[in-house]
Amino acid sequence: MDEIAQVVLNYVKREYLEEGDDREVTETTPLISGGIVDSFSMVSLKRFLEKKYAIQIPDADATPQAFDSVHSIVALVRRFQSAKLAAAS
Amino acid sequence: MAFSDAVRNSYQADIQAIRAAGLFKEERFIHSPQSSEIEVEFPAGSQVKKVINICSNNYLGLSSHPDVALAAHEGLASRGYGMSSVRFICGTQDIHRELEQRLTEFLGTEDTLLFPSCMDANAGFFEACLGEQDVMIADRLVHASVVDGMRLAKAMQDTYKHSDMGHLEEKLQEHQDKRFRMIITDGVFSMDGDLAKLDQMVALAEKYNAMVFVDDSHATGFIGKTGRGTHEHCGVFGKVDVITTTLGKALGGASGGVVSGRRELVELCRQRARPYLFSNAVAPVIVAGALKVMEIITCSTERRDKLEWNAKYWRGLLNAAGFDIKAGDSPIVPVMLYDAKLAQDFARDLFAEGIYAVGFFFPVVPREQARIRTQLSAAHEKRHLDFAIEAFKKVGNKYGILGMGKRELMARFAAA
Repeated sequence: MDEIAQVVLNYVKREYLEEGDDREVTETTPLISGGIVDSFSMVSLKRFLEKKYAIQIPDADATPQAFDSVHSIVALVRRFQSAKLAAAS
Repeated sequence: MAFSDAVRNSYQADIQAIRAAGLFKEERFIHSPQSSEIEVEFPAGSQVKKVINICSNNYLGLSSHPDVALAAHEGLASRGYGMSSVRFICGTQDIHRELEQRLTEFLGTEDTLLFPSCMDANAGFFEACLGEQDVMIADRLVHASVVDGMRLAKAMQDTYKHSDMGHLEEKLQEHQDKRFRMIITDGVFSMDGDLAKLDQMVALAEKYNAMVFVDDSHATGFIGKTGRGTHEHCGVFGKVDVITTTLGKALGGASGGVVSGRRELVELCRQRARPYLFSNAVAPVIVAGALKVMEIITCSTERRDKLEWNAKYWRGLLNAAGFDIKAGDSPIVPVMLYDAKLAQDFARDLFAEGIYAVGFFFPVVPREQARIRTQLSAAHEKRHLDFAIEAFKKVGNKYGILGMGKRELMARFAAA
């Protein structure tokens, strides 16, 4: 598994799964539409990504769709990492 | 024309989608005062039917109490029908001040402010009292009105797993760089009926220099030995910084909400909270009724004691019958059905048997967590509960669900 995907997956499991919750969570598991993460608790995931990867995710891009799977979150992180690199060069 | 056919059709499609998803809610029309037995017209246009109500927030049975009604009448005569003003202009009467003082004494706080509703209290509090340098750390199952209020504030938001003190502690450690930290919870959680671990939360607040906010709407008047609320029950009376609660449940059931707590926080609400500044004052008739309620519940614990007995008895009946219920002590007793359609069908069939209860399903509760949320009242007599359990058993047998847990129920009804 991609390194960012593993980090995000580990965070999601630790932050959002309650004790005794035996649901399987993979890179493609629907997180928001699947009821694992709700829009209210999504803020901590956004903050984690920004801190971990030193990026800024505008609120307009922090949509339920963008956060609905580990796969889509990785794409979002890579997009803002690239944008940051492009801005720096 | 602004509301063209195209616009209308678009909204019609939205409404149809709600119906198609099986999530459409319908009102029932009650032709009597709120009580343990009510007269209901459902569906609209049908004959009015007498049923036992097991889903109201009328926890102490005071919503139609003759003494409360009489006091309200007297308030109407002496102080008029409406204030036609927000509080700070010309909307504050002596009885508003008196009620706020009574609530301050009852809740064990420093000051109290009335709002038109607890929804308004929650909407106004966070924005008035917290800023960009602060953080709000809320239980993930706090009431929707608390979530809405938090969203209006400029302070950072964070959440912790429901009632998970270890996770809360991690968050408090993470946010030590903030100016103020506020832990936010319901006292009694409205969908599951479980109580917040306020004693542990107050201890964590002291350790990590944080404030504690509790929405105690489903507790004020009956949780704790003298009904002061969850803080009394947990042995931290006087140690919670902010309590919001409602007059629209146990405390008469009309309307009105409060922010009660540290003097400075309440004063800031008086100065800045938008629902307080821009919404009409609580009507005198309601204030007068609420003052009588406060007198009744401070003179005797008879009603909250009876409610406690009713809750214990009802839980025993449901357990013995083989229903899957959430464990607890509060008068909120969810009968878990998990499947949304089953919850709706079950409620419909209960109504046919003379029991008024409503199915709760997404988005009110998470998907696959549908339930019938029963709520006890001091107005229930033993005969009401004995009648109700027979109806529940009859309907439970019809669907063959008695003795089943979540896995079996989901397997049967998800496949259907």
